Amino acid sequence: MLQIRYVWEWPVRITHWVNALSIVVLSVTGFYIGNPFVTVHSTNQFVMGTMRVVHYGFAYAFALSVLARVVWSLVGNHHASWREFFPWLTPSGWKRIIGTFKYYAFMAKKPPYEVGHNALAAMAYSAVFILYLVQIVSGFALYGQFSPGVGWYSFFAPVLTAFGNQGLRLTHHLVMWLLIGFAIHHVYSAWLMDVKEKNGTLSSIFGGYKFVEPEDL
Amino acid sequence: MKTEHTPNEVSIPEATLRKWEARGVSRRDFIKFCTATTAAMALPMTFVPRVAQAMEDNRLPVIWVEYQSCSGDSEAFLRANQPAAGDIILDVISLEYSEVIMAAAGHLAEEAKQQAMEKYKGKYVLIVEGAIPKGDGGVYCTVGGRSAVDSCTELVRNAAATICVGSCASFGGIPAAAPNPTGAVSVMDLVPGAPVINLPGCPVNAENLTATIVHFLTFGKLPATDRLGRPKFAYGKRIHDNCERRAHFDAGQYAEVFGDAGHRQGHCLYKLGCKGPETFHNCPTIRYNEGTSWPVMAGHGCVGCSEPQFWDTMSPFYRRLPNVPGFDVEMTADKIGIGLAAATAVAFGAHGVASCFRRGDNMEQDKVIEEE
Repeated sequence: MLQIRYVWEWPVRITHWVNALSIVVLSVTGFYIGNPFVTVHSTNQFVMGTMRVVHYGFAYAFALSVLARVVWSLVGNHHASWREFFPWLTPSGWKRIIGTFKYYAFMAKKPPYEVGHNALAAMAYSAVFILYLVQIVSGFALYGQFSPGVGWYSFFAPVLTAFGNQGLRLTHHLVMWLLIGFAIHHVYSAWLMDVKEKNGTLSSIFGGYKFVEPEDL
Repeated sequence: MKTEHTPNEVSIPEATLRKWEARGVSRRDFIKFCTATTAAMALPMTFVPRVAQAMEDNRLPVIWVEYQSCSGDSEAFLRANQPAAGDIILDVISLEYSEVIMAAAGHLAEEAKQQAMEKYKGKYVLIVEGAIPKGDGGVYCTVGGRSAVDSCTELVRNAAATICVGSCASFGGIPAAAPNPTGAVSVMDLVPGAPVINLPGCPVNAENLTATIVHFLTFGKLPATDRLGRPKFAYGKRIHDNCERRAHFDAGQYAEVFGDAGHRQGHCLYKLGCKGPETFHNCPTIRYNEGTSWPVMAGHGCVGCSEPQFWDTMSPFYRRLPNVPGFDVEMTADKIGIGLAAATAVAFGAHGVASCFRRGDNMEQDKVIEEE
């Protein structure tokens, strides 16, 4: 008989949606900051100023959300645990990665039956988390330059020295596109699994519950 | 309650002013020099008498050498005549050696340099202009038969302090730009650990050099520096944060191409690749050539000349972002990004269509009840 299981605890869901909203807002405002595409006719307006304030505000929200999620990976349930994100460390994890990949590549009939993340997705998320960290470090290093010698500037001075100001900007910009590419893939896969697995994948990130048939596990 | 505010009295002794008048520097020019230099060092005005005093006591021996340089920094310094800086500074220092302005030449000049170095060992200030080529044993720059590597190392080791003027001496500059055929390095890289201060810029701003020398005369040491060895008083703020066009940046008004309506109205040069947001220098407040102008004021974006490896890292000068390594120069980061996003969307779109027609991959299909 189908069971209703509480898979995604509330910190997982909240950080997911804060991240999602932040990435959308940060991408739009960040793209504008890199290439201001709005024509402004009056000096009384404050378009760039507003974009930057919003960008920095959401940057803090995003950074705190990522930090909270990292902390939760130490205290949450096993679906939220950091171990979940490194499936390639165990032979059984490898089997699940290959099984999911074969399904995507039309080489297997059905994907492995999963309660939480599928192994391929979990692996992608660990890469995405690295991209998050790259964005946070490069972003705050660039941001800190308004006040040299103190605060974020001195904290990230080694990063500025190693990659240079322009190198960080280019990295920050390219990683944005990688995250946009990831978002497209992520939404698609969520829809696909919602249809094929019929376990409430899409609704589970709102409510936390999934429908699982224990006999198939 | 109204409080009475009496500013501290700041005055330069009459005798000092007279002395300078006798040397042909009007009291007005001398006071202007002292106040402007005090302001440039970011010191309060109460320091003006100390600065004036320091200008009297000293005859600081200075050796000015050039290696891989264009003499642009010498030019910039010698042509500074506001506030008669050239005159005053050349009066209070004893310039023992300078290729650009000395009368002596050949072995005679080299001998004078050697003598000055030995006579004022540990007391003189060395000014270096230009990068030092280390490649192939230093053969790419020799003066009087000695390689720049040898003579520069010796001069820096024996100096009380070394001031690097311009981006080449400070960071390697244009000679060190990729592929750096001569192995050019900065003074700090050549002689690590020596008391060296960097005054990058292309050319150095004469007022910053004057202020650094006067700081040394007044306090007997070099001013406080940032992580790149640049004095904080001159390189402590970002150009962008003090820019006169900043209001247009915040509003969102940009020149799109040179000569368009926005450019003619003095809008922000951000979209023309201005590197003001990447560059730390006091150009917007001090300006160049007696405070006449500076690049952004003249309508050209900053190229970031006072940052390390600016020729490589700040180019393309007329675009915001560097080229993406491994891609054609016309492939900007955004073009690549849009291509990536579009390819992702197309690939997964196709996968989705195929998945819609896929049969037999549905899970729990036996439990599905079709609604009427």
